Amino acid sequence: MNRMQDNVRHFLISNSVPIIFIALSAIAIPLSGFSSSYLLQEMLTRLARNSFLVLSLLIPIMAGMGLNFGMVLGAMAGQIGLILVTDWAIVGIPGMVLAAIISLPIAAVLGYICGSVLNRAKGREMVTSYILGFFMNGIYQFVVLYLIGVRGMIRIPFADIELRIPVTNPQLVLSRGYGVRNAINLTGLRHALDNALEFNIPVGGSSVNIPVSTYLLIAVFCLFIVWFRRTKLGQDMRAIGQDMAVADSSGIAVERTRVIAIIISTMLAAFGQIIFLQNIGTMNTYNSHDQTGMFSIAALLIGGATVSKASIANVFVGVILFHLMFVVSPMAGKELIGQAQLGEYFRVYVSYGIIAVALVLHAWKRYQERERSRRSLRGEA
Amino acid sequence: MGGGIRKFIENAGWPRIIIGLFLLSLYIAAPFVNVRVLSSLSDTLVRVGMNGVLVLAMVPMVQSGCGLNFGLPLGIIAGLLGAVTSIQFQVKGLAGFGFAMLVALPIAAALGFFYAQILNRVKGEEMMIATYVGFSSVAVMCMAWLLLPFNSPVMIWGYGGSGLRTTISTEGYWRHVLSDFLAFGSDTGAFYFPTGMFIFFFLMLFLVWAFFRTKTGTAVTAVGSNPEFARASGVDVNRMRTISVMLSTVLGAMGILIYEQSFGFIQLYMGPLYMAFPAVAAILLGGASVNKATMTNVVAGTFLFQGILTMTPSVINSLLQSDMSEVIRIIVSNGMILYALTRKTQVKR
Repeated sequence: MNRMQDNVRHFLISNSVPIIFIALSAIAIPLSGFSSSYLLQEMLTRLARNSFLVLSLLIPIMAGMGLNFGMVLGAMAGQIGLILVTDWAIVGIPGMVLAAIISLPIAAVLGYICGSVLNRAKGREMVTSYILGFFMNGIYQFVVLYLIGVRGMIRIPFADIELRIPVTNPQLVLSRGYGVRNAINLTGLRHALDNALEFNIPVGGSSVNIPVSTYLLIAVFCLFIVWFRRTKLGQDMRAIGQDMAVADSSGIAVERTRVIAIIISTMLAAFGQIIFLQNIGTMNTYNSHDQTGMFSIAALLIGGATVSKASIANVFVGVILFHLMFVVSPMAGKELIGQAQLGEYFRVYVSYGIIAVALVLHAWKRYQERERSRRSLRGEA
Repeated sequence: MGGGIRKFIENAGWPRIIIGLFLLSLYIAAPFVNVRVLSSLSDTLVRVGMNGVLVLAMVPMVQSGCGLNFGLPLGIIAGLLGAVTSIQFQVKGLAGFGFAMLVALPIAAALGFFYAQILNRVKGEEMMIATYVGFSSVAVMCMAWLLLPFNSPVMIWGYGGSGLRTTISTEGYWRHVLSDFLAFGSDTGAFYFPTGMFIFFFLMLFLVWAFFRTKTGTAVTAVGSNPEFARASGVDVNRMRTISVMLSTVLGAMGILIYEQSFGFIQLYMGPLYMAFPAVAAILLGGASVNKATMTNVVAGTFLFQGILTMTPSVINSLLQSDMSEVIRIIVSNGMILYALTRKTQVKR
């Protein structure tokens, strides 16, 4: 009996974050007054939309590099692909595939850069990848604002060379001739993947749409992760995640493996962003990638993952709970206090707060372990 | 001679030299593209005065080994609370500014204390956590600005009758009270020197400088240089770190008040969210590293960084007929932070 009690307690403690959020949702859902079929539809859509992005975070965590804030680099690469495909007016699945073909090499290069930078900042990967995201955002804006267009803005003097990536569709390019517009309508790609194979199931009067094809892709990706963990490379990554020094002395190429982990993550994030945007149907050239990183990381942490340990289950639980709160909290805030804005800020607070709490808990645990091992050397005072 | 130059480059680091040369070339190019150097210089000086104390707020935490203070928004929030309270009670002029300080500083000290308790438990990961502590405090305050019982008609939304506005003008209260103190300039308005703001800035610089010469200040520096050694020589590491974090937060609160009285507006809600980043970039540009910063770094860094912010829009725009200043600002400031984080010598800690 005692054994069972202990098990229950352990389960409650190790899953405290998701449990708190389930409780919060249990209060907020009735307050918001949304119907269950509406919420079910929202959750199914959002799960399809976001899971891939969140899954892309798993591999760097496995390699002990923490939460990959650099995943926005991948998102930027994905958006470059989408801009070009929209300009060429290639629609449907072929358009998506082409966007992926364009963006994956870009993401690989960005991932290589990110990995190499992080190798120079061992022990503070997260803050470095976070700042790198900002830095690359500057480069991205430079490319998108000044290099893409009908005419180039920058000419190399004394040579008749114009630095420019040709995009001519007037719906994409600003009237000045270069620079991409902020809002891009992805009409041709909208729901390209979601609608390839879908089901409508009647639920209590209305019908709920399930984008089966997207879920199939996500399932394939989950299998890939399960398989990847068992490969030599996956095992190497786990060893590095356990202890870098030990992994190094047992002959694992630590730096190379870490770079590979980040490259994979960035490429997956690029593809994830393409899935995300084909579902949304419009793209904010200068903002869409910004929130990708934060929302994905917050979702993963709400699912019960930590900085050093994350599973596929964490991803799905996290996406559902995070987005449930996302949908419900503005309405709940409005019903409760009469201001929808308050619920809006509450969800911003939760996204930031959950990341802060998760980071603190992890760092605290690590610090205590370090202190304990140091105290054992000190002897009796 | 060649060795001397190489040593200088090594000490200063390539990014700083490139950015310094870039700024110099902007000043040289300015007259050729019809940008008035004198008024640009005056703009730069005003912005140095505005941002100086915010940059100074980095120093105590860097010195005590807590890393760059990405949690600056916490101090800024305390300053904002002081600012809106002074307007609520309609205290005007220098008194109003003083009143805002008086309200803000204890709040900042209290917030700093709690912030330090968190940071003392997460040694080695301060920077990432500081960022998110700052972000979440800004989000909490977003809710608070809506709910706090302020009711001065100049501050709340016209409709609804509750909730503070996103920007509140300090016009008629304490706008420019410090900037205009003993200020001088040319009659045409091309040049303006905010003397009062600089007196305050240098006073603060002196006080922080003097603090690091006291017994406590030395202990704080010792903790930053080598916590094990400091502990062995009887210094209470956590206490020194707490002092430095509180000092940083208090300076952040002061810094934002200076900023607002010169800027003329109080920016609430998401306004303070990214305010730490320019300050961090500025002090790094001035030659500070992740664990060492001096007063010279503060002054030089603020001048260089604000110089680029003022000069790029005017010069680059007239040169290329395009507004590239925003992109340059993002690349320069984050590039500088990235450089400091990836210096090989500092990886081991």
